Amino acid sequence: MIDKTCSATEAVKFLNHDQVIMVGGFGVPGTPFLLIEEIIKKDCKALTLIKNEANEAGLGVSRLIENGQVKRLITSHLGLNSTVIALMNEGALEVQFFPQGILAEKIRAGGAGLLAIVTDIGIDTILRDNKQVVRCNGKEGLLESALRADFALIHAAMADRAGNLVYAKTARNFNPLMATAANCVIAEAEIIVETGQIPADQIHTPGAFVDHVVEIGDLPPEYGVLEHHVH
Amino acid sequence: MSLRSEIYHQNMGYLSIMSIDPKIKISKRAAQEIAPGQIINLGIGIPTLIPSHLPPNMPLSIHSENGVIGVGGSVDRQHADRNLIDAGGTYIDTIPGASYCDSALSFALVRGGRLDITFLGTLEVSEKGDLANWIIPGKFAPGIGGAMELAQKARRLIITTTHTTKQGKAKILKECRLPLTASKCVDLIITELSVFRITPKEMILEEIAEESDLETVARHTEGSFRVSENLTTF
Repeated sequence: MIDKTCSATEAVKFLNHDQVIMVGGFGVPGTPFLLIEEIIKKDCKALTLIKNEANEAGLGVSRLIENGQVKRLITSHLGLNSTVIALMNEGALEVQFFPQGILAEKIRAGGAGLLAIVTDIGIDTILRDNKQVVRCNGKEGLLESALRADFALIHAAMADRAGNLVYAKTARNFNPLMATAANCVIAEAEIIVETGQIPADQIHTPGAFVDHVVEIGDLPPEYGVLEHHVH
Repeated sequence: MSLRSEIYHQNMGYLSIMSIDPKIKISKRAAQEIAPGQIINLGIGIPTLIPSHLPPNMPLSIHSENGVIGVGGSVDRQHADRNLIDAGGTYIDTIPGASYCDSALSFALVRGGRLDITFLGTLEVSEKGDLANWIIPGKFAPGIGGAMELAQKARRLIITTTHTTKQGKAKILKECRLPLTASKCVDLIITELSVFRITPKEMILEEIAEESDLETVARHTEGSFRVSENLTTF
């Protein structure tokens, strides 16, 4: 039987300076806090980070950025993180924004072995500047290159030893896309079951895409409900 | 009239003489645009107030960009699920028949033409239906999020906004001055003063708030418009 389980430290053993990492999550749900913590411990620098948003100040990838480990952030929206916006405005962090669904498609394309996608989103906006415009079925579109990473850090609700993954509710978000788009895919999971226990037609990400599975154990508090978002 | 506009300016863009909160006035009117069975997306701010004005048990799917089709409403601490938020980060519940999806599928719904209405707030909107609501260069640049896709690809884009800025400046302009979110995308503009419909040809004043009048609307609107022959109040 294939067994991809290992410790977080072993999983990120080959992660190094100057690499590109994709991190799943949209807000707290789906953010792999344990794996992020491991990269903070490792203190790799000059990373390029691909994530939907930058979590919130003091939390998740924001800690990685605040720790000076990220030189470039490829993202969609930073509205809930004034600390990272300030770093961007000071010039301490290079930020590249994409429309959220286009960011998702660029990652999906990377995972699917495509070179680029063509989209008309932003065609009449400043997003057009410095982009290659192509004609497709008589319409203008922007060529958006595919995104891949050296490492993808994924959070799953459940995994089996073979790396098959299941996500919970809105913790799915970018995780299944990123799980296809990196040379090394590391998934942390809240529960790890024996291979064969997850019904095959209920698996969200086939284990074939996943290199390492890390058990989280007792959930640290950052995985919990953010009190200031309860209304 | 002059007193009315004076008060208007003094009160940071909101009609203080109104008996109700302008945000309630706007969201209540906006709710009337929704037909049973539609799939809608609600931006932050005023749009989030819209569902409270809908008839109970009206069949409807509220889409949230982070991967929910079938949002119920916000929940209290006791019912908050750490894995269930909307795109604004608020803890929510879902309705029977709801589904979750990844971010690519979530935006396939938007760009693929399955989303009936997007309700968004704005910084500026032009008489041609151009929208500018994502960046003020040098001042406010949090990123694009889902705004461009929602604005450009929803079947109908309805702007719900206070008629002017807090400083009393017009938001409905001849041309947007800020960088665009999308061009020629707006179908309807609902403010506390008026309802404008935008066609490929022109902007038409369809309704005036009971608490307002044509002169007030005209004074606070920079974009040109035609008054509908069927002008009504709301």
